Amino acid sequence: MNSVQIASNPGSVSAFDIERIRADFPILQLQIDGKPLVYLDNAASSQMPQQVIDRLVRYQTSEHANINRAVHYLSETATAEYDAARRKLQRFINAPEEREVIFTSGTTDAINLVMHGYGRWFIKPGDEIILTTLEHHSNIVPWQMLAEETGANIRVVPINDAGELLIDEYEKLFNARTRFVGVIHVSNALGSINPVKKMIAFAHAHGVPVLVDGAQAAPHLQVDVQDLDCDFYAFSGHKLCGPTGIGVLYGKAALLEKMQPSKGGGDMILSVTFEKTTYNTIPHKFEAGTPPIAAAIGLGAAVDYLSAIDMDAIAAHELELLNYATAQMTRMPGVHIIGTAKNKASVISFTVDGVHPHDVGTLLNEEGVAVRTGHHCAQPVMQHFKVPATSRASFAFYNSMAEVDALIAGIRSVQKVFA
Amino acid sequence: MSNYKALYQEVILDHNKKPRNYGTLARASHHAVGHNPLCGDHISVALNFDRECIDCIAFQGESCAICKASASMMTAAIKGKSLADAEILIQEFLAMATGKLDLDSPNHIGKLAVFAGVCDLPTRVKCVILPWHTLHAAFNSLASASTEADPMHAPNGNT
Repeated sequence: MNSVQIASNPGSVSAFDIERIRADFPILQLQIDGKPLVYLDNAASSQMPQQVIDRLVRYQTSEHANINRAVHYLSETATAEYDAARRKLQRFINAPEEREVIFTSGTTDAINLVMHGYGRWFIKPGDEIILTTLEHHSNIVPWQMLAEETGANIRVVPINDAGELLIDEYEKLFNARTRFVGVIHVSNALGSINPVKKMIAFAHAHGVPVLVDGAQAAPHLQVDVQDLDCDFYAFSGHKLCGPTGIGVLYGKAALLEKMQPSKGGGDMILSVTFEKTTYNTIPHKFEAGTPPIAAAIGLGAAVDYLSAIDMDAIAAHELELLNYATAQMTRMPGVHIIGTAKNKASVISFTVDGVHPHDVGTLLNEEGVAVRTGHHCAQPVMQHFKVPATSRASFAFYNSMAEVDALIAGIRSVQKVFA
Repeated sequence: MSNYKALYQEVILDHNKKPRNYGTLARASHHAVGHNPLCGDHISVALNFDRECIDCIAFQGESCAICKASASMMTAAIKGKSLADAEILIQEFLAMATGKLDLDSPNHIGKLAVFAGVCDLPTRVKCVILPWHTLHAAFNSLASASTEADPMHAPNGNT
């Protein structure tokens, strides 16, 4: 099985051969207590196809050394592969330049890099940072830390009961003190797809830069940072069929040039004396120390795999799964979907009357169905809907309609236990 | 480890549906609030100690079935006990929930043995022990307890 064969029929849903795709993922063959694994926790972390596993093995078996250092064969090979991975990620998000793609340890690290490298230098006491109710904690807490340190203020875009941002309210938040906007592209808790392009255009009209948290968007949508015109875009490898410990920060070169590095060390310098250090050029300025080389190369292989299937075909298949699951769950008495945005990615947060989400999760696991339960690191979202927690099923392109049926049957069996 | 269903036995579902000693006390000598920051569950435990023994006890809160049943059965087991006996039961229960109690040797666990299976479900151990930690905090006149303060149970990741 290789992904190149899949690429021969790109773009068409009918050509989306789910069985062939599933065969690429060894973990999907697992049995949990004698029941086939139904993995619906993809928003937390996705699974890895054999092609990516093989790439990691090949790297460790025959290509590994430290990069950007020695002149020997392995170091040159590892450096070339690491640089090639950066170009693959550049193409994946349509970034204009290779040097605008910084490898980080993940989305959280990428956002923190912007907070330290941009926020701490350009945001002053009394300045305002706009965030939204839908943000993951990783796009809230760093800005709160900055606000506490600098005396800046955080303004929050409210949502309606469908889980959609109120764009009129967003626009009203702008004033002469607005200095930065942080917005999640796709809500991890509800699946809402936010109109980030429109929001970015509005912010730019006020001269305000925008960071987009794309952790949940990059696995499901074709991301084009030039079309969005975002200033920063952050996402993680492990939600994209890649390894953990790797992620990307895209930033416009002009901004990255102005920013200060938040970590000092090897590789991020041009010269060091005890009197003065000259920093390296971007992106190296932000990649201090030995990076996760294998993980970066693995992520390069993962975006190759996804691109070969075609991101539009992936989005179309996931939308079918979402619509099928939504239609069934809407008809189930006692089951409530939290988050009904018109524009949604394949995430369904739900509650079951009389059953705590943790009990739902434990009993679904008994049926082999893996869902996430809890507050999804988005407590402001939970507070809006006045629930302490929800259960969340999140679908990936390798999920099947039969797995949606397994989820529905599982919820029925939970209701039976608690009847 | 097919004991997930085993955990949801009739007695636990019954205590979840009809929790015993649920509510507040007009007069309480000890009380504490327990919180599991990872799932947002919280319960409060109030009790009145009258010379020799705990003469009344009540709990209230928002939690999963496992936590609520554990709290309900705890209040039933604790009522009428001396502080020293209650403390012994707390320690035995915590040991059982973490797989450190030999149920075959003499103990005071009794009906609470329905929770023994939880020691194989690390993600649910905190649910079952929260009420007991809270009771322990109340005895020690601490206003609050958290499952995260327990060094036996390091916090889980929560992305």
